[in-house]
Amino acid sequence: MEGFLAAALVASIPLLIATIGEILTEKAGLLNLGVEGLMLLGAVMGFIAGYESGNPWAGLMGAFLAGCCGSLMFAILTISLRANQVVTGLTLTIFGAGFASFVGKDYIGLPVPALIRETFSPLALPVLSDIPLLGPVFFHQDVFIYGSYFLVIIICLYLYRTRFGLNLKAVGESAASADAAGVRISLYRYLHTVGGGGLCGLAGGYMSLVMMSVWVENVVAGRGWIAVALVIFAAWNPFKALGGAFLFGGLSILGFRMQSMGIHVSQYWIDMLPYAATILIIILSSRNNRKENQPPADLSVSYFREDR
Amino acid sequence: MKLIQIKKREDMSRKKELLIRIVAVFLSLIFAGLVIKILGYDPLNVFSSMVNGAIGTEIRFKQTILKAVPLIITSLGILVAFKMKFWNIGGEGQIMMGALGATFVALNLPDLPRLPLLGLMMLAAIAAGGFWAFIPAFFKTRMGVNETIFTLMLNYIAIKFVTYLQYGPWKDPGSQGFPKVAMFSKNGTLPTLFGLHIGWIIALVLVVLVHVFLNHTKKGFEIAVVGESQETARYAGMNIKNIVITAMILSGGLCGLTGMIQAAGIEQTLTSTLSAGYGFTAIITAWLARLNAIGTLVVCLIFAVLLQGAAYIQISMQIPAAAADMIQGIILFFVLGSEFFIQYKVSLAGRLAGLRPTRREAA
Amino acid sequence: MEAVSAIEMRGISKAFGSIMANREVDLSVRWGEIHAILGENGAGKSTLVNMLSGIYRPDSGEIMIDGQVVEFASPASSIKNGIGMIHQHFKLVNVMTALENIMIGRRGGLLIRKKQWKQEIRDISDRYGLDIDPDKKVYNMSVGEKQTLEIIKVLHQGARILILDEPTAVLTPQEIRRLFQIVRNMKEQGCAIIIITHKLNEVMEISDRVTVLRQGQTVGTLTTADVQVGTLIERMVGKRLDLSIKRVDYPGERRPLLQVDGLTVRGQDQKIALEEINFDLYGGEILGIAGVAGSGQKEICETIAGLTRAEKGRIFFEGGNIIGKTPRDIIRLGIRMGFIPEDRLGMGLVGSMDIVHNIILKDYQNQPGIFLRRGPSQAKARTIVERLDIQTPGIHYPVKKLSGGNIQKVLLGREIDSDPKVLITAYPVRGLDIGASYKIYDLLNEQKYKGVGILFIGEDLDVLMSLCDRLMVFCAGRVAGTVDPREVSKEEIGWLMTGGKEQEPS
Repeated sequence: MEGFLAAALVASIPLLIATIGEILTEKAGLLNLGVEGLMLLGAVMGFIAGYESGNPWAGLMGAFLAGCCGSLMFAILTISLRANQVVTGLTLTIFGAGFASFVGKDYIGLPVPALIRETFSPLALPVLSDIPLLGPVFFHQDVFIYGSYFLVIIICLYLYRTRFGLNLKAVGESAASADAAGVRISLYRYLHTVGGGGLCGLAGGYMSLVMMSVWVENVVAGRGWIAVALVIFAAWNPFKALGGAFLFGGLSILGFRMQSMGIHVSQYWIDMLPYAATILIIILSSRNNRKENQPPADLSVSYFREDR
Repeated sequence: MKLIQIKKREDMSRKKELLIRIVAVFLSLIFAGLVIKILGYDPLNVFSSMVNGAIGTEIRFKQTILKAVPLIITSLGILVAFKMKFWNIGGEGQIMMGALGATFVALNLPDLPRLPLLGLMMLAAIAAGGFWAFIPAFFKTRMGVNETIFTLMLNYIAIKFVTYLQYGPWKDPGSQGFPKVAMFSKNGTLPTLFGLHIGWIIALVLVVLVHVFLNHTKKGFEIAVVGESQETARYAGMNIKNIVITAMILSGGLCGLTGMIQAAGIEQTLTSTLSAGYGFTAIITAWLARLNAIGTLVVCLIFAVLLQGAAYIQISMQIPAAAADMIQGIILFFVLGSEFFIQYKVSLAGRLAGLRPTRREAA
Repeated sequence: MEAVSAIEMRGISKAFGSIMANREVDLSVRWGEIHAILGENGAGKSTLVNMLSGIYRPDSGEIMIDGQVVEFASPASSIKNGIGMIHQHFKLVNVMTALENIMIGRRGGLLIRKKQWKQEIRDISDRYGLDIDPDKKVYNMSVGEKQTLEIIKVLHQGARILILDEPTAVLTPQEIRRLFQIVRNMKEQGCAIIIITHKLNEVMEISDRVTVLRQGQTVGTLTTADVQVGTLIERMVGKRLDLSIKRVDYPGERRPLLQVDGLTVRGQDQKIALEEINFDLYGGEILGIAGVAGSGQKEICETIAGLTRAEKGRIFFEGGNIIGKTPRDIIRLGIRMGFIPEDRLGMGLVGSMDIVHNIILKDYQNQPGIFLRRGPSQAKARTIVERLDIQTPGIHYPVKKLSGGNIQKVLLGREIDSDPKVLITAYPVRGLDIGASYKIYDLLNEQKYKGVGILFIGEDLDVLMSLCDRLMVFCAGRVAGTVDPREVSKEEIGWLMTGGKEQEPS
């Protein structure tokens, strides 16, 4: 059981990081459906940077920057040039997938350097890892996972306790109001889209560098779409995303786990569960009339100050 | 101080619009060339090989047409939904379900004469694809559930389901353990004309039909009004739920038909990779064609050249076919960006403005 | 020597596409002054002040604040210069509390310190006589509360120059009085205040000076105390004009066409929006409905037109119950009823389509077969364009590109064309200039003279009182009273609008 939960946590981390990235983007009022593409960009560039330099941090940095570059394209098109966000996001995914397999073809099958594997090997935190059940699951993990806990806390504080978080919410809810109050709409939108995209890239980098630790084509395998779904599941709250990602991460490995226990359920059925669960969630949340759980009101609406 | 001033444009001539788009495509090719160069290939060689690979010989040209067919039909399906501002990005799953429906018929009634068998397969494909689109439409109209995410999720459920069938209950016992579905009987495959399966005729007929449907029928008018404003549709006494559901079944049905054509014309069986991304690419082609049925034909042909060209260079130059996806993405980025310059006028302003004499309107 | 002006705008021009919204406009506002900007809809008032608030940038011209030349690249730089704008459509975030709305975009520490802000808000409220609950969410607020919040917001930003864009349009007479008191308090404190309006009586009541705009140009600045209403009208419209609205008499015998009996309706949020509404609409009369925005006006129109389902009650059209009939049934059964909804382009018309297709909108249901016939509607479109004198490049021109007045004429023309017996109109002159408004009044009077029963939902009490034969006042979904507009005062109507909660007019 502990082993399963610990593995579920590992599987949940890329989902979590990408979901938080998309939450930041959507809070600023942009619906970026390119998460899958951004994760692929991050995965391939992170892998290449890590492989060529042998340095784990260079790898993660490469992944983050690749995500930033991809989402910068999205931002330029949708914020400055006011292109349709759905179509632009899908394009980003197609581009990212194409780019990743094009650039990555020479790396197929190559393993990550030893230093990187060592850096991201599980590390028991003193005291905390001795807590029964919780200890081995949550506190005997790699440094990246500890960093993720930290990230969730930081992002929550940022969104709910700082001026910038308040302004961000205003930008996503009513760009015209935020603008009239002197908030720099484009700046906020750019920063959060690019930063959010960077997190998506980082999530991809974690997959290629740590989870797989060898380059395989299409390493992300649809997790980007699950992250898009998780944003809704979590009602745009990073803290809820933590739980949601853990749940979905668990589902993604449940089939193999059950097979090894002799219970025969096809993994393909279990693979459907995250998607089916998301559908269930959006159906249920449409019944929910609480205004606080709704998407940002200006989501996927572009803003032009001089529009009349 | 900002030096750039942006203003909404009044009407722009069609010629100029076209020119801007052509410039955008041209720039995108230059940019794509640069990326290819950076990745260590000769862009001119790559491009010319792609064109050569797509239309260089009769056989290659036929391959291109075979790639255009599913793209055209799926785009038409997407178009019907998008006209209504119903963001159906579930084409991929609807293609899969269509193929599944057709396969079900083909595997169970292999000995039926060709015409009724193909007819039944088509009906089953349209029904299955239509049903897959009906589900989100139903929830959208009853409960206002967001269709973008819904249709997207259904793609993966469909693909996983087909994979399950392929590896499980539908696995061909005669395939020596290899996970594949049995081949269709001869009668379950599409006949050919001029060396191509008849899907291309179906596609051409459908382009005309969809064009007439959208522009010259009452239902088509209703779809356009619903797409513009649901409130207006309500005001004009339209049954919005009915319209949305009908249009979505049609949209999904067309995508499902694509699935049947791919299964019966190309694969001659069902595979979990049969949709091959057509459902996503069709969104882009439909959008680039500005949701116009005739335009779709042109855009899809161009995209088919790109797809076939990429398949060719994979063999001839060992460049992954994914290069096509990348180039597609780049072209689309530029074209999407160019829309802005059609709708807005950008000029230098800021400090210079004060020095300029006030513009006066011609009396 | 004369003191420095709060605002000096010189030679300001601004174009939108080929339309010159402002042309060489001059404006000068002193400290401690209430300055009205008067002009009809479309005269360029909002454009002008939006250049002060940093929303628009002038194409040419110069702005000076307190003697300093300034250039506003964004609303932020305008706020920094002590300008506070209260927009006609409030710029508030619905899911946030009053306090959070005030904090948006403000400088200060990294973290939010609610306690300190609440104290500051209380101080400002006390100083100017305002009242707000800082923890109330905007979506729970009334229009008046939202406006108060906007005022506190700009005062807290440290605004010394206040701009109010059509602040009275949605308020009751009592609320207007309170607003004016607040504005006078601010003047006492030395602020400069600009009020934009097209209502003459308000200019006379509140302002010290008034600048008149016409077709994007300054006509002049006058001292209010020295000026007659007639002069202002002449300046505003460009000619001498009798602004009184005619009330024509219907020669025939009046009989009830539409009878509403015990109607109860739930709104979109499932709350009761209309409760036990009873009234008769007679042929040859204009029955007005007045009320605070959101008192059930939208629901009464939409329920009669069949767009909204009633919870309870009956509606008789010439004696037959039409409750439960959808708009489709109404069209197919040939029930002759026209409806001009509040949102012209969002509900009554399809903006991107041409006039012909907007005519088809109401005709196609009764066409046989599955194909769309455009021919008959083309002929009809030509007739309507000609009869109502619609200014358009042609019948195949998208309606959203027409001017507001012409858009309304297309809508009204289509509805009148079907020879209705009952005409429901919601805010038919909103946003129209004076000429277009009077054209609409004339058309309505013409219909009334033909014996049509007209339900007229309005917001301007002056218009309602002079156009309507009877006036029904709605308050929170109920009929608070039905009055003869010839015999009551505006204050009495305002009193009914708020359900008698406000103090009795003295």
